[in-house]
Amino acid sequence: MDLQKLITKPKKGSKSIKAGDELTVVGRSVLRVDGWEKIKGAAKYTDDLEFGPGLLYAALVESPFAHARIKSIDVSKAEKLHGVVKVVTGRNFTQKFGLYMNDRYVFATDTVRFVGEQVAAVVATDPKIALRGAALVKVEYEELPAVMDAVKALEKDSPLVHPDLKSYTHVPWFFPKPGTNIAHWRKIRKGDLAKGFKDADLVMEDTYNVPRYAHCAIEPHSAIGLYDASGRLTMWTSSQSPFTQRHVFAETLKSFGLSHKDVRVISTYIGGGFGGKAGVTMEIIAAALAIAVPGRPVKLLWSRAQEFYNTYQRLGCTAKIKMGVSKAGKITALDFRLYWDSGAYVEYGANVVNAAGLSASGPYKVDNLSIDSMCTYTNLPPCGAYRGFGYSEFLFGLESHITRMAREMGLDPVEFRMKNAIKEGDTLPYGAHMNPTGIRDAIERVRREIRWGVKEKSSDPRKAIGKAQVCFWKSPAMPPNASSSAFLKFNEDGSINILVSGMEIGQGLLTVMAQIASEVLSVPVSKIRVETPDTDRNPYEWQTVGSHVTWGCGNAVKRAALEARERMLDLVQRVHCLDKSTLYLEDQHVKCRTKPDFALRFSDFVINGIQAEDHTFKGGPIMGSGVFMPEFASAISDPETGQGGHPNVHYTTGSAGIILEVDRETGKMKIKKVALAVDCGKAINPDLVRGQIVGGLLQGFATVLYEDIRYNEKGKLLNPNFSDYKIPTVMDMPDQVVPIIIEVAQPDGPYGARGVGEHTMIPCAPLIANAVEDALGVRIKSMPVTKEKVALAVKAAGK
Amino acid sequence: MKPHNIQFSLNGEKVSLQVEPSDVLLDVLRGRLGIKSPKVGCDRGDCGTCTVLMNGKTIRSCLALAVEADGAEIVTLEGANSRPWTQKLQKTFHKKNAFQCGFCAPGVILSATELLEKNSKPTAHDIKEAIAGNLCRCTGYEPIVEAIAETVKG
Repeated sequence: MDLQKLITKPKKGSKSIKAGDELTVVGRSVLRVDGWEKIKGAAKYTDDLEFGPGLLYAALVESPFAHARIKSIDVSKAEKLHGVVKVVTGRNFTQKFGLYMNDRYVFATDTVRFVGEQVAAVVATDPKIALRGAALVKVEYEELPAVMDAVKALEKDSPLVHPDLKSYTHVPWFFPKPGTNIAHWRKIRKGDLAKGFKDADLVMEDTYNVPRYAHCAIEPHSAIGLYDASGRLTMWTSSQSPFTQRHVFAETLKSFGLSHKDVRVISTYIGGGFGGKAGVTMEIIAAALAIAVPGRPVKLLWSRAQEFYNTYQRLGCTAKIKMGVSKAGKITALDFRLYWDSGAYVEYGANVVNAAGLSASGPYKVDNLSIDSMCTYTNLPPCGAYRGFGYSEFLFGLESHITRMAREMGLDPVEFRMKNAIKEGDTLPYGAHMNPTGIRDAIERVRREIRWGVKEKSSDPRKAIGKAQVCFWKSPAMPPNASSSAFLKFNEDGSINILVSGMEIGQGLLTVMAQIASEVLSVPVSKIRVETPDTDRNPYEWQTVGSHVTWGCGNAVKRAALEARERMLDLVQRVHCLDKSTLYLEDQHVKCRTKPDFALRFSDFVINGIQAEDHTFKGGPIMGSGVFMPEFASAISDPETGQGGHPNVHYTTGSAGIILEVDRETGKMKIKKVALAVDCGKAINPDLVRGQIVGGLLQGFATVLYEDIRYNEKGKLLNPNFSDYKIPTVMDMPDQVVPIIIEVAQPDGPYGARGVGEHTMIPCAPLIANAVEDALGVRIKSMPVTKEKVALAVKAAGK
Repeated sequence: MKPHNIQFSLNGEKVSLQVEPSDVLLDVLRGRLGIKSPKVGCDRGDCGTCTVLMNGKTIRSCLALAVEADGAEIVTLEGANSRPWTQKLQKTFHKKNAFQCGFCAPGVILSATELLEKNSKPTAHDIKEAIAGNLCRCTGYEPIVEAIAETVKG
C-alpha cells in the first residue's frame, strides 16, 4: 500500500475517497473540541492533579550571585526541621543535560552562573515547611567576576562562563569556540558581498538592540515525579515536549538504572506555552527529587518569580546591520551581525541563534549575503525558545532598516518590499530553494487594508497618525529528523480515539487533528476524541514547537486515517467481493459507486468484523497508524559558509500593516488598526488561524509597547512579576484587527497546510518603530518602544 | 497562633473546617476542598486566574485568607455553572471559540458573570472594565469581549 502516493496526489476524478472532491470538514471553522471542558472549569492542568496525602513538596535553595564558586553547603539544620524528608544537592546528580548541547546541571555543583540558579532542594510534607527548610540551608560562596552583556562577553579579558566548554557534547551543526564565551557561531556566506556593496547606490549601517523578554504564560511550570518500587519514573509535567522530556530524563538519570521504557511522561492541558514550556527546564529537578525519595510523589511548582528567572527567557540581541541598495530599489548586499545574549546555559538557546542565522535575510531575495549569528554565554538567566524563535529579534533591525533605506532613496517602502520579496524557487541563504509562497498577495492585501499612501490626520491636534507595513517569514527550527506519529482506533459505535503526542497548548491542535481524520473517514468531529499525551500510550512526537505540529502531526494523523480507511476497504472487498476502486466512505458508511443500494455502517463492522455467508466473521478492530518525518531535510553544511544542507523544511510568509496614533507630548500610542496577512497554505480551521493572528499580535505589541525587563548591575532580575513587568490587559487591545488568510498550498502539508502560530507576533516591533517615525519623524532603534522613550525622543529632536 | 474553626457556604453546600490563621483561601479551596477551577497564577493578585465570588462579588482568592470566608457564600466556577448568566455566557464563549489554553477562563467567566448579574446592559467600556483584572496571554482578548457583548445582545 503506497500511502505517500495517496497523500501527495489526491487523484482527480477518483471517487475512492468520498463522493465529492469538496472538502467538508477541513477549511471549516469547527468549534474547539476542548471548548466546553475549559469553559466549564473542568479542564485539568498539571497542578490540578491529585496525588493524595502522601504527596511531598519541594522548595529550592537558589544562588544570590550571578557568578560564584560554591565553597560549602551545610544542610544539617534543614534536615533537622520537623516535616523535612530530604535535602538534595548536586552531589548525586552529576550528569549534564541539554537539548542541543549538554551544558546544564540538575543542581549547580561547584559553580553558580546566574542569580536564582538551583543549588539544593528541600523536600517536605508541606510547601511551607519546604520553604522554611530551604532558608535553613547554608551555602558559602566565593564571588567571581561576572559578565552581563553579549558584546562584552566577546572581549578578550571577559570572565569565562564555561571554562570547560571544550568537553561539552552538542549537535553537529553547532560550532562552539572553547576558551571564549562563544557557544555557537552560525555563519552564512552567499554571493559576493564586496561586489554587492560596490553595486549599491546607498549603503547604510546601524545597530539595533532587542532586550530579553519573558513568556508570561498564565500557568506557571509545574512537575510531579514518582519513582516507584518497580523502578519506573512517572512524571506529570506542564510541558510542550513530553517525549523530549522523557528522552532527557532517561539520558540524564541512566546511572540510576532507568531506560526509556521505564520513564513515563504524562502531560495534561497546559496553561500557555509560547516556547517557555518546550524542552526541559525545572522538570529535571522534579525528576531528580523523585529518584531521591523513592515511593513518594514529589511536586515542584514554580512561583511567578521563578517563572521569570529560571525557565527560559527570550534571548537579548544586538544587531549590527549594513545594507546596500541600488537606485532601482534592489537589495544588493546585506552584512548582518547578530550578537545574542543567551545567558548561563544555552542548551536550547543556541538553536535560536542558529535558526536566526539561517534566515536573517528576511523574506527577501538577497544574492550577496553575509550573516554572523553569535551565541554568547553571560551570567544572566538561561534563554531558550520563545514564540518567534529569534525571528522577532532580527526582524526589528532588518525591517526598521529597510524602511529607512527606502525612504532615504526616495522609494516607497512597501513597493520596495514587493520588489525584493522572495519567490518560489529563489535560492535561500543556505542554498536550498524557496517553497511556494503567497507573500506578494499578502503585501498587496495589507497595503489596501491600511490605505497605504493616504496620509491621515488625527481629529485631536495633539496627536499624529503614522502608518507602516513590514513583511515576515519563519520556518520551524527543528532537527532534520524531528518526527511525528499517530495511532487511530475505531470503537464499537463507529467513534474514534486518536492518540498523538502533539500538545494542545491553546492553539487548537486537538480540534485540527480531529478535523483531518474526520475529512478522511467521514466521521463527524463530535465522534472523534483526541487527548493530551502519555508517553506510555501515545506514539512519538518530537515537540510541540516551531509552528510545525499542524503540518507534521497533521500529516501523521492523515496517514493513520488513510491506513484505517485502506483496512476498511480491503475488508469490504474481501468479504463482499466488491472492487475496492468502486468503494468510498460517506457519512460513516462504506458505499459503492456501482451498487447504489450498498451501504455498510461503520458501527456494524469496525470492531466485530463482517459476517460472511458461512456465518464466520472476518476482519477485527479497525486501526491505523501514521508516521511523518521530513526525509528531505539535512543540517550538515559547510561551517564557514552555511552552504550545502537543507536545514529548514519550509517558510511561512506574510505581511502586516498598522495605523498608529501617537500623542506628540506623552508619546502614548494607540493602535487604530492593524492588518496581518499570513500564508498558512490551507487554513484547516480558519477561526483558529484568526485566533493565532489576533492573540499573536497583542503578544507582539506587548514586547514593543509595555514589557521592559530590568536587571541590576549584579545580574538580579528586578521585575519578576506582573505589577512591574506589564503584560497587556483587555484595555490594551488595538481598536481594530484585520486577519487575512492567504492560501498557497504547501505541497507536503496536510491539505496544503503549513504553520502559523509564531508568525503572528514577529512583525510587531518594526511596525511600531516605523509608524512612530512616520508619525513624528523620530527613529527608535532599541526595544521596547515605550511611550516614555517616544516622548523623550520627540523632545530631544525639538519637534 | 491558634487554628480557627470556620464555616462557609461553598457552591451552595455548607463546609466547616479548621484552618491556620495564615492559610490562604485559594490554597484551602484547591488543596483541601478539591475545588480546582480557581488557579494559581501569580500569588499576588495580579493575574486574576484565582477569581471566585464572595457574597456575589469577585475577589482574588490568592489575596484572601481562609478565615475571611467564615460565614460567607463562596462560589467558584464549579458552582456558578448553574447560574443563568454564567450559562448564557458559556454558550457564547463556546460558540466564539473564545479561549485558547483555557487557564484564565474560570476567572474571566466569573468576572463577566458578576458584571451581567449587576448590569444586563453594559457598554463596551463596562465589559472591558469588568475583565481588566483577568490576564489572558493567548487570545488578545478580542473573542472574549465579543462573546460577552454577544451574550448581552442575546
